Amino acid sequence: MMHEANRRIAPLILAAFGLAVVPFVTSDYVLHIAIQILLWGFVYTAWSLMGKFGLVSLGHGAFLGIGAYVSPLLWNYAGLTPWLGIPIGVLMAVLLALIIGYPCFRLRVIGHYFALVTLALSQVALLTIVAARDITGGSLGMTPRAVGHSWYALQFPEKPYFYAIALVVWVFGIGVWHFVDLGTGRAALDAIAEDEGAAAAIGINVMREKLRVTVASAALTAFGGALLSQYFMYVNPDTLSGIGVSLQIVFAAIAGGMYSAFGPTAGGLFTIALPEILRISMGTNFVGAANTIYGALLVIFIIFMPRGIIGLVERRLAAAPARI
Amino acid sequence: MDIFLLEAIINGILLGGVLALLALGLNLIFGVIDVVWICYAELVMCGMYMIFWLHGFFGWPILIASFAAILGVAGLGVLLHLLVISPILGSAPINQLLATGGMLFFLQSLATLLFGTDFRNIGLRLPIIEFGDIFISYSRLLAFGAALIGAVALYLFLSRTYLGIAMRAIAQDREVMGLMGVDQRRIYLITSAVGGALAGLAACLLVLQYDVHPFIGLSFGPITFMICVLGGLGNMIGGFVAAFVMSQIIAIGGYYFSIEISYVLAFVFFIVLMFIRPQGLLAR
Repeated sequence: MMHEANRRIAPLILAAFGLAVVPFVTSDYVLHIAIQILLWGFVYTAWSLMGKFGLVSLGHGAFLGIGAYVSPLLWNYAGLTPWLGIPIGVLMAVLLALIIGYPCFRLRVIGHYFALVTLALSQVALLTIVAARDITGGSLGMTPRAVGHSWYALQFPEKPYFYAIALVVWVFGIGVWHFVDLGTGRAALDAIAEDEGAAAAIGINVMREKLRVTVASAALTAFGGALLSQYFMYVNPDTLSGIGVSLQIVFAAIAGGMYSAFGPTAGGLFTIALPEILRISMGTNFVGAANTIYGALLVIFIIFMPRGIIGLVERRLAAAPARI
Repeated sequence: MDIFLLEAIINGILLGGVLALLALGLNLIFGVIDVVWICYAELVMCGMYMIFWLHGFFGWPILIASFAAILGVAGLGVLLHLLVISPILGSAPINQLLATGGMLFFLQSLATLLFGTDFRNIGLRLPIIEFGDIFISYSRLLAFGAALIGAVALYLFLSRTYLGIAMRAIAQDREVMGLMGVDQRRIYLITSAVGGALAGLAACLLVLQYDVHPFIGLSFGPITFMICVLGGLGNMIGGFVAAFVMSQIIAIGGYYFSIEISYVLAFVFFIVLMFIRPQGLLAR
């Protein structure tokens, strides 16, 4: 048993070491892409906590938006450090998750209906941010007051700092994913995803299990949103909340594979590196070409590879010994 | 009563007509094929571009251009069904939802690639009717009338023709209708074409009022889903009623506050109502 655990952990340690040396050997540009992949990968992982148990939320744009806006707003208008602002934003997202989640689960709003209710939620967040343009800057977005390198303000113009933060946060996200995957709640959640009525009949507290995973997912998503705004030093309602972002989160998690720990991150790699590569290879002459190919690939992914990139790789690996 | 409030209410009713038409198409697709076309509003966008190019650029008469656009979008509906929906008819409903969500992305980016992000206008300005102190734009009145005619035509099609009855029957029992000798594939294709044609009709009416740009779908796509769910997915009469309820909230909310707040109110109303009546407004 111990030996088995060692064999699983050894490659992880190697990989962590490999990721840790990245800032010493690459350019700022590569680092910029890597930070985005890690932070978005963290958000996608947070979404997949719910997604893999059949709770397909299109409302994560709302949680992301709250996380991204609350801390810069408190910093700009009250001078409150992000060390307090970010937890406040996360708490607000959790509160919203409870307000929406509790009635949804109590009244058994599932499937299409759950997706569409949460879709409305993300639209409410987007429109509220736009409507409060006096303080949020509306569609033009806003910039947290910059003070240069500062731990107090959590602002680091040098990329390696943020890379380190993003890496730690991402590892934390993977850890939470494993915790949920190995915990006792997993069997219960699987049973609920399979048949909610039957799960309740054998004594599973459907409500509690669903709320727990929803709260965890919302909190991590808001945390990811806060870090994205700290890194970019700019928040914009269209890139951090609303239906577009919600769909982006869902697609990335599904394209990567939401049933494996590294799937959503692979989705992040795919959704951030691919447009970047397409943009570089095609130039900016064809605005939209990269996104068109990206959109077509998404549809193809969902039709032919519903378990995502990592899901396909795992199936290949699992099938390989059988062939010998 | 305040004259401006009255004007807002009337404009709300007129807006409701177009929203009802959109909801009808989406409900028809959902009722018969059991999928939600997340990219429905993007099909409308395609139709608006068709009219823009045919009328505004190639100079076709507006009526012929509109007719061509209705046929064109109907064709797009059939293509969407053949290429995206039919390969995954058997898989989880949420995958179907997401596949059409991918199409939303694809169509938006394709439009950006082909036409750029400019706002385009067909350059046709219809007169404004003055009614006492109330101003009503002729294009809105036309849209309302055409939406009503479209709804009645759909009702007659569904209740009087063999095809329409077969479509409604399939919505009620998929397996048995196959045994009764109804070709499910053919019915699905026809439904997609009719759903597309309704989107095309909506495009003809919307292009008179709004400039077309690749992201216009986002401005009325979400509200259309809310209306369909509010009325009970697949319930056409419910969707029709819900369209007017939502458009009144938007119109009156916009009068008292701002247009964004009015949409926030509409979406919050939707969320609250989902908790009170999860099966839709008219559920028994």
